[in-house]
Amino acid sequence: MAESVAPIKEVLGDETVTTAAEERISVATQWQLMWWRFRKHTLAMIAAVFIIVFYLVVIAADFLSYADPSASEAQRGLLSPQPIHWFDEGRFSPYVYAMTGKRDPMTFERVYAPDLTQKVSIRLFAPGFEYKFLGLLPANVHLLGVEGAKAEDSLFLLGTDVQGRDLWSRLMYGTQTSLSIGLVSVALSLFLGVLLGGLSGFYGGLADTIIQRVIEIVRSIPTIPLWMGLAAALPKEWDVVKVYFAITVIISLMGWTDLARVVRGRFLSLREEDFVMAAELAGCGRMRIIFRHMVPSFLSHIIAATTLALPAMIISETSLSFLGLGLRPPAISWGVLLQQAQNVQSIAITPWLLIPMIPVVISILAFNFVGDGLRDAADPYGV
Amino acid sequence: MLAYIVRRFLLAIVTVVAISVLSFIVMHLSPGDYVTSYIAQMSSSGSVVSEADAAALRAQYGLDQPMYIQYLRWVGLILQGNFGMAMEWNSPVMEVIGDRLALTIVISVAAIIFTWAMALPIGIYSAVRQYSIGDYIFTFVGFIGLAVPGFMLALIVMYIGFTYFNANVGGLFSPEYDQAAWSLAKVWNLVQHLPVPAVVLGLAGTAQMIRIMRANLLDELRKPYVVTARAKGLSENRAILKYPVRVALNPFASTIGYLLPFVISGSIIVSMVLSLPTVGPLLLKALIAQDMFLAGTIILLLGILTVVGTFFSDLLLMWIDPRIRLEGK
Repeated sequence: MAESVAPIKEVLGDETVTTAAEERISVATQWQLMWWRFRKHTLAMIAAVFIIVFYLVVIAADFLSYADPSASEAQRGLLSPQPIHWFDEGRFSPYVYAMTGKRDPMTFERVYAPDLTQKVSIRLFAPGFEYKFLGLLPANVHLLGVEGAKAEDSLFLLGTDVQGRDLWSRLMYGTQTSLSIGLVSVALSLFLGVLLGGLSGFYGGLADTIIQRVIEIVRSIPTIPLWMGLAAALPKEWDVVKVYFAITVIISLMGWTDLARVVRGRFLSLREEDFVMAAELAGCGRMRIIFRHMVPSFLSHIIAATTLALPAMIISETSLSFLGLGLRPPAISWGVLLQQAQNVQSIAITPWLLIPMIPVVISILAFNFVGDGLRDAADPYGV
Repeated sequence: MLAYIVRRFLLAIVTVVAISVLSFIVMHLSPGDYVTSYIAQMSSSGSVVSEADAAALRAQYGLDQPMYIQYLRWVGLILQGNFGMAMEWNSPVMEVIGDRLALTIVISVAAIIFTWAMALPIGIYSAVRQYSIGDYIFTFVGFIGLAVPGFMLALIVMYIGFTYFNANVGGLFSPEYDQAAWSLAKVWNLVQHLPVPAVVLGLAGTAQMIRIMRANLLDELRKPYVVTARAKGLSENRAILKYPVRVALNPFASTIGYLLPFVISGSIIVSMVLSLPTVGPLLLKALIAQDMFLAGTIILLLGILTVVGTFFSDLLLMWIDPRIRLEGK
């Protein structure tokens, strides 16, 4: 259509600019159109940056942490976050004071005081504990480290927990676990949702009725108590990896119904479209119609729905682990970290143990905004 | 209309059966059975149970039968009102759960009332005054409600209460009423303690409801009949409240069926943090002590409670929405 209009408009001079823009739109692929629209959604763009940062943390958790997350030491338990001094004698050189701890003879609490005579300077790309980058390459370089001492003994950016483990480093590893578990669970849910929703929407009839009723039943069961029961039934002797996968499956069983509904809705509306009819008349097989013709036209919606499903997965994992029924120590996740902040006494005395809440809230918000942005961008009738 | 009720009722029955099967599975997932736990408990108190006694016990409880027979027996007992014994407490399950179940209902209903009472006016306001400062503020609060899981909100409320007001906001009763028998004064005490858990529990749902209400009403407000109503000289309040709000209300009411399981699920975790005497802490305790029988029963009862609540909300919806009432006529 655009081709036939273009020559007339070019004569008008001024209009050529719009024509070029129009042409750009009419030849753009669906993904380009989506990207252009998504770009206009400022909040979603900001949120997308946050998500990218989060997943960089997932990839490089070892590098970003400076202390071995499981190195415990009672001598430095419950240290509060340490202030960083940025300038040393007028020159930019960040340092912290070494901490000394002793027991208060009256209350038997450990009290810490900075030793003002001993400066420990912070440096970038310092060697620290050994790890394998991406699980493959042996390395010992960390983003942060200290000069002339072990980072475990002297650097406490976010304080330590009861066992004296560094909260910053544990937070990095917790992010890795919590966000990857969310991703794996959502992939499993997506598989279930697309399979069952697709069957339901494409075949209709009895299959549709049964699957719809199953979804209704699953949705009307209060899931948390049920999954608590399932999670508690995991054998105590299972190791971290096994528990991780079991929890992943349990969480994904909670989340598939919404995705199934989206997929079904899309199938139902697309089934009536002319291009599906055309494909059928052209003699395409069923699988070809589904995967070559129908799926590409709602893939973007699926991606949006998946993004919106992720926060629920993160909340589930965090809640289950918080109750002690999800991942168990020595695994580290946001929920496991928050477990230490379970009662009001500990929060009042050691409020920094609540810090893991911040990434939980930010990630949930970010996924919601990006999901909303994607959904709007994927909607061809949107403004 | 009758067809609708019958269909809903049948679905509720099927759901209850599904829940009972799932609860039964949870009970039997953990290694060992009731008798193993019983033996362990007896030997910890010094007495010894012989192999023969154990076998006799197993036969008595029907544990040597195939699974489906055990399931049917269990359902049979429950239908007679026999929920069995809670091991750790050494008393009938119903006695242990009773009050706590009632309080779970009270808290959940309070949370739902809060959700409705907040979401309805705010949703209308946000739609009518779209992009006003108030709309932005409520949208922001709504996102917070969406992004902060219930247990975190509970922790934050506890922290604020403790550090700034030096008050313990947890619990449902003042200490003097905790063990007291039910009386008017105790009920009043309960009412005074309800707002905090109701708000904590209801905020996430409220956030969702505001978004739904706002979106629905915005769609309605753009329709020509609203313009007609205005053109005919209806007052602004009437033009909005009389028709668009009523239409927008419908999906709002239909989501109550999903709100209830959501709130009851949430109450389990929030109760743990705020130490509310609901079934939540009991369930966690039972799960940790591997008293799967008690845990399974709690899961079953919570499930049934939800289904009954959902069924009633369906009836309510039918009463509100003539389209459902007149369906099939």
